[in-house]
Amino acid sequence: MSGIEIYIAIAIMAVVNFFTRVFPFLFFRKNELPSYVVFIEKFFPAVIMTILIVYSVKDVDFSLAPYGLKEIGGILFTAILHIIFKNYLISIFAGTIFYMTLVQYL
Amino acid sequence: MKYEREIKTAFKVSIPVMMGYAVLGFAFGLLLVSFDYPWYLAPIMSLFIYAGALQFVAINFFNLKAGYVDIAIATWFINIRQSFYGLSLLKRFKKTGKLKPYLIFGLTDETYALLTTIKDDEQLKKRWYYFFLTAFNQSYWFLGCTFGAIIGSNIEFNTAGLEFSLTALFVVLCIEQYKSLQNITPFIVGGIASVFSLIFIPSDKMLIVSIVVALILMFTFRRKIEQ
Repeated sequence: MSGIEIYIAIAIMAVVNFFTRVFPFLFFRKNELPSYVVFIEKFFPAVIMTILIVYSVKDVDFSLAPYGLKEIGGILFTAILHIIFKNYLISIFAGTIFYMTLVQYL
Repeated sequence: MKYEREIKTAFKVSIPVMMGYAVLGFAFGLLLVSFDYPWYLAPIMSLFIYAGALQFVAINFFNLKAGYVDIAIATWFINIRQSFYGLSLLKRFKKTGKLKPYLIFGLTDETYALLTTIKDDEQLKKRWYYFFLTAFNQSYWFLGCTFGAIIGSNIEFNTAGLEFSLTALFVVLCIEQYKSLQNITPFIVGGIASVFSLIFIPSDKMLIVSIVVALILMFTFRRKIEQ
């Protein structure tokens, strides 16, 4: 693609992307939300957060050595730090450095 | 300064996203210019599209000279999960007035995760707090993309593994979610759905399939989850 085509493509992506984000706000405007929406509202964040953890390591090949052990190790290390120190900055910084060390030096 | 408290809190909460977005954005900028596209597409795209995976895929669209209809449909499928995000925020966003369009525009995975997990401080003017949090996150993405495109190709340092900061962020938010829900079932549902998709579904469709499977499981076991 070149020039104007690229800008049209960017405009299409911007509009469609915004539409996916605004969708529920357009179609659920009433004060009384249906019970299935309340159900999703309450429990979906926990579900999607679990999914996003797995999604964020989706490009790891679990069938080849080291079988995703670095990622699993990093996740467990982060979780343990967070349970002990209850400070999300410590957990994320130290967890990331731990993982980077595994990736770069092992 | 007006809204000082809101700005400070929003900044503190946004720091983990800063690391993730700066690195991912930087990678995006690098990739974009490596195909000889002009650097200023990076700031333009991060301002108006502002979606991680989609922007990477966009480079493929450019390379393949994809049709506009294909681009629209692919964009919709790549980000359809975001349509579920708003459902959890209908109430919170109700009183946000003129800031609402921007809050909705800026609803990325990470911003959504922060908004639904971090406990609201009653002292804060919430709509401004949400606004600054969203704006901080977008500014990290914007700066990452732009710097990546401008200077990325000229410097060298080993960032291998830095993208794990986003994984770590989700781990922490998961634990916080558990503390407030005190119910393990939704996490099991998310775990089963995502591991199933990881094994059986091509990675580019994994996210949307995970979400559909999770929704089916959620409504199948609704009674058990709501107990």
